[in-house]
Amino acid sequence: MSTLLAVEGLRKSFGGIRALDECGFEVPEGTVTALIGPNGSGKTTAFNVITGYLPADAGTVAFRGNPVRPDPCRLQRLGLGRTFQQARIFPGLSVLENVVLGRAQPWHALPRLRVSGTDRHRARDLLEEFGLAEHAGSHAGTLSYGQRRLLEFAAVLMGEPVLVLLDEPTAGINPIMIEAMEQHIRRRHAQGVTFLIVEHEMRLVMRLCDPVIVLDRGRLIACAAPAEVQTDPRVLDAYLGD
Amino acid sequence: MHLLVQATIVGILIGGVYALLASGQTMIYGVTRTINFAQAIFAILSAYLTYTLFGALGLDPLLSVLVLVPAMFVVGAAMYMVLIRPLARSSGELALIVLYAIGIGIQGLLDLVYKTNTRLITPSYTDLSWTVAGFQIPAVRFFACLLAVAVLGVLHVIRLRTKLGRALRATAENPVAARLLGVDVERTSALGMGLGVATAGAAGAVFGMIFPFNGNTQYDLLSKLLSIGVLGGMASMPGTIVAAVVLGVIESVVAAEISPDWSAFSFLVVLFCVLSVRPQGLFGQRLRGAL
Amino acid sequence: MFTALLVALPLIIGQHWQVNLLVFTLMYAGLAAAWNLLGGYTGYPALGHGAFFGIGAYAMAIGTNHIGVGAGYRSFLLVLPIALATGVAVLPIARLLMRTRAATFALLSITVMFMVQTFAYNLRSLTHGSEGISVPLAPFPATTFERPFYYAMAALLALTLLVCWAVRTSKLGLSLNAVRDDEDRARGLGVQTELVKLVAFALSAGLTAGFGAVWAYYVTFVFPGFAIDPLLSLGVILMAFLGGRRTLWGPVVGAALIVPAQQYFAYRYGASHLYLVAYAALFLLVIYLLPDGIIPSIAARLTRLTRLTTRCAHTPRAHIADSIADKDSITDKGERV
Repeated sequence: MSTLLAVEGLRKSFGGIRALDECGFEVPEGTVTALIGPNGSGKTTAFNVITGYLPADAGTVAFRGNPVRPDPCRLQRLGLGRTFQQARIFPGLSVLENVVLGRAQPWHALPRLRVSGTDRHRARDLLEEFGLAEHAGSHAGTLSYGQRRLLEFAAVLMGEPVLVLLDEPTAGINPIMIEAMEQHIRRRHAQGVTFLIVEHEMRLVMRLCDPVIVLDRGRLIACAAPAEVQTDPRVLDAYLGD
Repeated sequence: MHLLVQATIVGILIGGVYALLASGQTMIYGVTRTINFAQAIFAILSAYLTYTLFGALGLDPLLSVLVLVPAMFVVGAAMYMVLIRPLARSSGELALIVLYAIGIGIQGLLDLVYKTNTRLITPSYTDLSWTVAGFQIPAVRFFACLLAVAVLGVLHVIRLRTKLGRALRATAENPVAARLLGVDVERTSALGMGLGVATAGAAGAVFGMIFPFNGNTQYDLLSKLLSIGVLGGMASMPGTIVAAVVLGVIESVVAAEISPDWSAFSFLVVLFCVLSVRPQGLFGQRLRGAL
Repeated sequence: MFTALLVALPLIIGQHWQVNLLVFTLMYAGLAAAWNLLGGYTGYPALGHGAFFGIGAYAMAIGTNHIGVGAGYRSFLLVLPIALATGVAVLPIARLLMRTRAATFALLSITVMFMVQTFAYNLRSLTHGSEGISVPLAPFPATTFERPFYYAMAALLALTLLVCWAVRTSKLGLSLNAVRDDEDRARGLGVQTELVKLVAFALSAGLTAGFGAVWAYYVTFVFPGFAIDPLLSLGVILMAFLGGRRTLWGPVVGAALIVPAQQYFAYRYGASHLYLVAYAALFLLVIYLLPDGIIPSIAARLTRLTRLTTRCAHTPRAHIADSIADKDSITDKGERV
């Protein structure tokens, strides 16, 4: 099992607050890895730094064995997709177009048709899979919050990523949707996609993820199988302690 | 060399007035996340009102500030409540364009009432100046700068020492968090906009004594204000004041050493050089609502 | 049909002032459509398009005066090269501007306009400063003097609409819309945001310059205050908003409504500044009463009508629970730096 994503010595401060402090971890290929930790432990910051949305103060990110300059657009092309905590979609575009956008285009494809036949076909399949097909033509802004999460996920998958970073995929959606989300992740995982998931819903993490990475105050404090993490005194300390 | 120092002195004095005007813009940006494109026309409006008060009642421009500042405060707060608040849900750009339209509308009204010939407020001390160590200090500019420093001082105290000031800073920092902490964000924003426009009122009164003006002057003033905003980083009060004084000095030095024609332009060049290196301005944080 | 009407119009109505009005209507329609590429599709609040209009106007004036491309119809040959050259020349500035967003962008775009205005005033050898520069009067027959300009404007408008249409139906348009809705997420999905923004900026500025060039030849006199006018941007934005800034025809509809009204105002009340007030007031009315513009409002009304008449068996999908969830979804996106 090789390492797909390797993060080393990541540092990021906001003013005087150290969000990431010599943070380093690895995501092995073919896993559903969880990234957990108490509030403010730097999980989302780690996502943002890895994907190039925030400049790091120090540290390196290697993807598929090669060091990469974090830039969202380039990373997407290399096969790294991500979702956001707030389920970001393009509300002014149709649901179908939202998915089509997930497929990166080279610059010379810009004059091509807005939504080509193949685009439509593949996007339809994805929407079918995610149960959004009946909304394909409507504005994405009219979707419910849970549907937005699914749509955002589907759009990322359109780019055929090898690694997907999901930022709290189940936050703010109802239990049925959570289950649907879990099934989608499992199905894609079975097809060979690797996941790194920030998640607060611990039962889901314990069911779905292995290994589990635990951050506290911007540092790695544990990386092990879910059962081990559950009993790790340092982890308990981080969650329950001061 | 003498000329250079002289120009710098004049520049610092006028920079104070710019700082006053721009600090209002910064305050408004803080609470509404939008640039007050009408800030310049409010200054011109205030200049005209000062002109009228001086002409009709013989009220000294420096005293008319006492009338204009409260009046403009009310105008600003009302403008927020009536026009800007309904747009809070949509993007900030819409509010910005609305403010721009308001600016042009007020200019139209002013042009109707006062016609378009340029005016200058000329109190008895217009041509007075003192000579200190061989350098000329024009009285009007000196008083203007003094007033600016006084008003900025009051603003500073309001921002740091009062409850309203805390609410203002909290709202500027993070409106959502401020709301959660019990700040009445809407009222605070209205008061913030009122204060911002009030500084335009104070600045306009003295501006009208220094420069001849008409409705069209707003564009000249606006371009300076916007430049100061970008250079100062929009949301930073110290940045704004430094940028304003720098603008005043550059303008005045270029006018003296090269040609008055290029004085405004020189600052724009500085601005673009700075921006190509630091898109967020000299003192600003990144102005992108990325994450 | 629209094209036929466009071609036939000046032949039907011969009055000078009427054709003159049409020329300006077409010009503003085109300017609004060009602005819409950047302001509407891409969502960047550009306030300084007067700069590009002025550049086009001055390029025409200087071209006809100094380079001597010939008079008459041949001067129109200059229009496209001017548009192209402007589109390319603005790229470095565009790169700088497009690194900023929202309010800062608006502010810089208007600053660029002030810079261009300063150049126009002060590069006297080229522009004759505040005296202005005159363009040789076109040697067209007096009875139908406006006609060539009318057709030039119409052709340029057609080109602009064609460009807009091509952009809208292409991947470029989809990418621009994505930038408008959520630029950061678009980057994360592999959209080359820098590139598409630059293309939109160049197209918008270039077309605007083209209109400026024809305008200069038509009015035969270019003066900094008129050629580089802050009001131009506002007027154009107003038209785009009124008609519907996310639509293809919105800017045209907006111009068709506003320009005649504006000219009527100017004609009726002379050179008074009342029209500034009217402009501003109308703008506020549009923003608060018709925020989406005329075309989207009508379209919404129409779809509602057809839905009623066809009697879809589906009851409206009222996701009550979802709409509650929606409220929660309004988070502090964009508040944190």
